[in-house]
Amino acid sequence: MNSLVLAVVGVAMMIAGYLLYSRYLSTRVFKLSASFRTPSHELEDGVDFVPTNKFVLWGHHFTSVAGAAPIVGPAVAVIWGWLPAFLWVTLGTVFFAGMHDLGTLWASVRHRGQSIGSLSARFIGARGSRLFLVVIFLLLLMVNAAFAVVIAGLLVSTPTAVIPTWGALVVAVLIGQAIYRLKWSLPLVSVIGVVALYGLILVGDAVPVALPESVLGLSPEAFWIVILFVYAAIASMLPVWVLLQPRDYINGLQLFIALGLLYGSVLLFRPEIVAPAINTNVPEGTPGLMPLLFVTIACGAISGFHGIVASGTSSKQLDKETDARFVGYFGAVGEGLLALGAIIATTAGFRTLADWEAVYSAFNEGGVGAFVDGGGAILNAGLGIPTSLSATILATTAVLFAATTMDTGVRLQRFVVQEIGLIVNVRLGTAAATLIVLVVCLGLTFSAGADGSGGMILWPLFGTTNQLMAGLSLAILAVMLMRKRRPVLPIMIPLLFVLFVSVYALVIQLRGFLADGNWLLLALDVIILIAAVWVIIESAIALHRARGSEPEEDEEDLEVTAGEGRAE
Amino acid sequence: MRWRERWRAFSAGLHEFYVAPYRRTFARARRDEDDLFRMLVMSEMLGVPNPAAYYTAELLPVLYDSFHDWHRRMGLERSPLENYRCC
Repeated sequence: MNSLVLAVVGVAMMIAGYLLYSRYLSTRVFKLSASFRTPSHELEDGVDFVPTNKFVLWGHHFTSVAGAAPIVGPAVAVIWGWLPAFLWVTLGTVFFAGMHDLGTLWASVRHRGQSIGSLSARFIGARGSRLFLVVIFLLLLMVNAAFAVVIAGLLVSTPTAVIPTWGALVVAVLIGQAIYRLKWSLPLVSVIGVVALYGLILVGDAVPVALPESVLGLSPEAFWIVILFVYAAIASMLPVWVLLQPRDYINGLQLFIALGLLYGSVLLFRPEIVAPAINTNVPEGTPGLMPLLFVTIACGAISGFHGIVASGTSSKQLDKETDARFVGYFGAVGEGLLALGAIIATTAGFRTLADWEAVYSAFNEGGVGAFVDGGGAILNAGLGIPTSLSATILATTAVLFAATTMDTGVRLQRFVVQEIGLIVNVRLGTAAATLIVLVVCLGLTFSAGADGSGGMILWPLFGTTNQLMAGLSLAILAVMLMRKRRPVLPIMIPLLFVLFVSVYALVIQLRGFLADGNWLLLALDVIILIAAVWVIIESAIALHRARGSEPEEDEEDLEVTAGEGRAE
Repeated sequence: MRWRERWRAFSAGLHEFYVAPYRRTFARARRDEDDLFRMLVMSEMLGVPNPAAYYTAELLPVLYDSFHDWHRRMGLERSPLENYRCC
């Protein structure tokens, strides 16, 4: 099988999903209306509620949701062969992720831009908001711990990426100054920023920075993990315009460039896929495909995190309700493309099946390292970039994505900690809350393995929590649609599937942790399992109530919300 | 000419893509400060003793225009103050 065929078929499926299925969803299910007065107009304040051009909004939405997760997940999951991962990514994007992102955007727009947290309090019940806090806390905890391990692993395996990774921070700060102080024109600054980043990649490629065997008594991975968390803590307390904004901007551009490079070289090189379609010869100790595949690839197929972005910022800026189809659904398609690129890089970037099997020698072995190696080989063959340089480019890309997610994650988790503090009547300052986040995250990262190497065990747990979050959002959508007597099957089937695989995966992992005697992860698994059962019970009750309630007129939700305030 | 317009539109879009998050952050910081000022001016009405109430009362009409937005932002659909109505 040629990878170009896979790319063309995958892209065609997602585009068809956008053209056909999202049209069905937006006309029949969500009934988007161009004349509906969106929150950005109704509550326009120039701060949060700003009507925004749909292409600009799509850019913000896509770059906020796309990170390292759609690379890591597929890169781990191809161990079962390329076909299962390919099918889950394409069908997942079309029927799960696109629907979920579009739906959460719609739900929030119809309720004055309220976030999923507020909506869960409203539709799932009074306990809904507590439930939401628990799930999001767990989700952010996993993201931070898993990504720290991923970045540390990359910095050790690709020492050439060390200089560009940290140098990118300096570039970002300088770019912010160039735009604000020196008033340079933006296209010019963008070009300079990208050139500077690639210049750093060239420098890094020539000067690899490999840490010695032991730094301050820590292994190199453990040292990077500590440094990363200290960095994330500082970055999350800085005002966002100093570092985060310019870096997100350059990262956003870099995301499009990396996607272009990857798909461009697949087009030019057309590598053969060496990995089997379905791997019958999986390494010892690999868990079963069902249900682990569906939680290993979370972002790229369906991800609850998108609902937080969609309902948190995007819904407040949507100019026309009909734009939701492009911003929400096409945003998911963009992420699906990234995941598809990761599948191709990790299955077609190796010379022979034996090479591939040597990399995927155990579950969680290949991962993002395989993406860097395989993708590097494809870039080398397709565009003639030297192998080590292309590996540096991809490693830097992955590290920058993961680092952005990490410091945003630490920032968000600080808010959650403060909110939980308020519920139990403890006022926490920024520094204290950040410290708590740091301790919890570091504890989790290192408890999985003393040198942080075992942290990837967390990955399926992260996926499970992410799916649980998506389940909560889908339950809200199902309740809303049921009240309106609209078709609910497009939501109900994914909802049941997502909840089923989450619980199934939790039970499977529970057994694994019990056998290994990993008590911390076992406890975490039990907590997530309780949260999952809680989500199922609450949504079942809410759905039952919605079925028995009076049918709601199409425009009624406006009047319902007019009677209550925004709880943000 | 067409290309020039397209380039201009693209450039404007890129600018918006970069500037929008900044604008939001600055506007929010400014609004937070305004809210703090509002609390000082209206503290007597909200039941907090304010030694400078005699002077701040003069500023109440100035803040009236943005009062509606403020109480809606605070999650109150109607004005919480009996003698300071707006809707």
